[in-house]
Amino acid sequence: MIVVDDLHKHFGGFHAVDGASLEIAQGSITGLIGPNGAGKTTLFNVIAGVLKPTSGRVSMAGEEITGLPPHELFHKGLLRTFQIAHEFSSMTCRENLMMVPGDQLGETLWNTWFGRKRIADQERALRAKADEVLEFLTVEHLADHKAGQISGGQKKLLELGRTMMVDARIVFLDEVGAGVNRTLLNTIGDAIIRLNKERGYTFVVIEHDMDFIGRLCNPVICMAEGKVLAEGTLAEIKANEHVIEAYLGTGLKNKDKVGA
Amino acid sequence: MDFLNAIIALLNFVVVPAMAYGSQLALGALGVTLIYGILRFSNFAHGDTMAFGAMVTVLFTWLFQSWGISLGPLPTALLALPLGILGCMGLLLATDRVVYRFYREQKAKPVILVIVSLGVTFIMNGIVRFIIGPDDQRFADGERFIVSARTFKELTGLREGLAIKTTQGITVITAVVVVALLFWFLNRTRTGKSMRAYSDNEDLALLSGINPERVVMITWLIVAGLATIAGVLYGLDKSFKPFTYFQLLLPIFASAIVGGLGNPIGAIAGGFVIAFSEVTVTYAWKKVLTYLMPESLEPSGLVQLLSTDYKLAVSFLILLIVLLFKPTGLFKGKAV
Repeated sequence: MIVVDDLHKHFGGFHAVDGASLEIAQGSITGLIGPNGAGKTTLFNVIAGVLKPTSGRVSMAGEEITGLPPHELFHKGLLRTFQIAHEFSSMTCRENLMMVPGDQLGETLWNTWFGRKRIADQERALRAKADEVLEFLTVEHLADHKAGQISGGQKKLLELGRTMMVDARIVFLDEVGAGVNRTLLNTIGDAIIRLNKERGYTFVVIEHDMDFIGRLCNPVICMAEGKVLAEGTLAEIKANEHVIEAYLGTGLKNKDKVGA
Repeated sequence: MDFLNAIIALLNFVVVPAMAYGSQLALGALGVTLIYGILRFSNFAHGDTMAFGAMVTVLFTWLFQSWGISLGPLPTALLALPLGILGCMGLLLATDRVVYRFYREQKAKPVILVIVSLGVTFIMNGIVRFIIGPDDQRFADGERFIVSARTFKELTGLREGLAIKTTQGITVITAVVVVALLFWFLNRTRTGKSMRAYSDNEDLALLSGINPERVVMITWLIVAGLATIAGVLYGLDKSFKPFTYFQLLLPIFASAIVGGLGNPIGAIAGGFVIAFSEVTVTYAWKKVLTYLMPESLEPSGLVQLLSTDYKLAVSFLILLIVLLFKPTGLFKGKAV
């Protein structure tokens, strides 16, 4: 589905992503783990078009998508959520969802004045869909609340809901569980599994909660220092020597670093 | 009777002029605030954008006048206004294409864009002076007054007259219509919602499939409309002189900031706050007070708090006071 080939992203002298190559299989829920600063979020940002790569290529279903802007990737079915939930704070949850499908009829000045009827029809359909999504996520009672006022966990659910407003092909979730309580995390997990099974979404999940990863993800990819360290099931990853070293470090390795 | 006379004098010299001036400031501040909210920089070129739009309108007005076309009692400029707006739209889109887009692609910081807009200011300034010259231009025609002081006096028998100039009436009515349209557009249409979404959270808007270039283009088009209308109304009310538009930049920015940058309601409120304070502080209150006070207490001086030369200072005093107590403006805007 997604192939990343020797991707580099440098910020001045700092190599945030340093030659990462990986492949994400269609229909999988791939976990992306690694210590803080491993380059996971930067990798997300490059794939999702927020940052331009220094070098390397990204392709989706055989088509090169390197460096395309986010709104174009959106139309190709590539969506993402943020580490810290983003929302349009002054709009209600329902309006937030209704913003999602891009290129709506009402977005051109011409239709705004001369296509009122068609816009109204489209809005009605969108509204129904937004309500359906809120119900799926079991937060229909929040529909008319301002999105800026709901809890952090609920914002994460709303973000997941945004991906359901269109037929996404692949969704990148950046620390969807950060700061979310267990019960809500389970709800989010259920939603991810259902979307994967029922709608065939491919997911890539950055997460630090290993129980969550273990429940959802196969395979799991571990990154460290901008490179892909290992790939496999969670059990395999946990047993991998390099991974343990990346997380816990070794005395020898630290000494090397200081010397360098 | 004296009390009524006092009220009429107050209306005539303070309320009516401040309403008209406030409407002009509000329209200008709306343009500034939209650009700040969506393009995320303070556009110093706004005053000269107004001058350019007004200039195109003036030129077309003269053309129409020479053809003998007129709107009867209304100024011919209203007929030329749409053409002025089109001209201004052309200028802004061209500027965006040539200048701002480059910096947007570089993801330049707002500070850099502010300085860039200062450069644009001087270029627009030059273009306007090159085409129409730096002098005062009159282009108002039609009836001068809706109600003239003499008719009012004859009608009511009061000693004080109330004069409402046609331009003042047109200014307030146009401002109300334009503001109503703008709010309907921002709140009720999908395009407007996209603009608000883009202003609220750019990253998320992009990931919702909103095309940023289209949002930016529509913003410039709306700003061109607002700037031209504000510029023409100001020109009709006073007279058209390129330099005064550059000076207007200060009270316009003060209005937008006092109300809360990025907040359209704030821009309107700010416009009126600034206009009313400028007018009241520089008005000579002697006349009003003479009517209200017993003869023995009548003031001998003019009772003018500040000379009109300090008009601009008033905006800044208010700006300082508001920002000290409410750093994001009267209505919650974005942090400056």
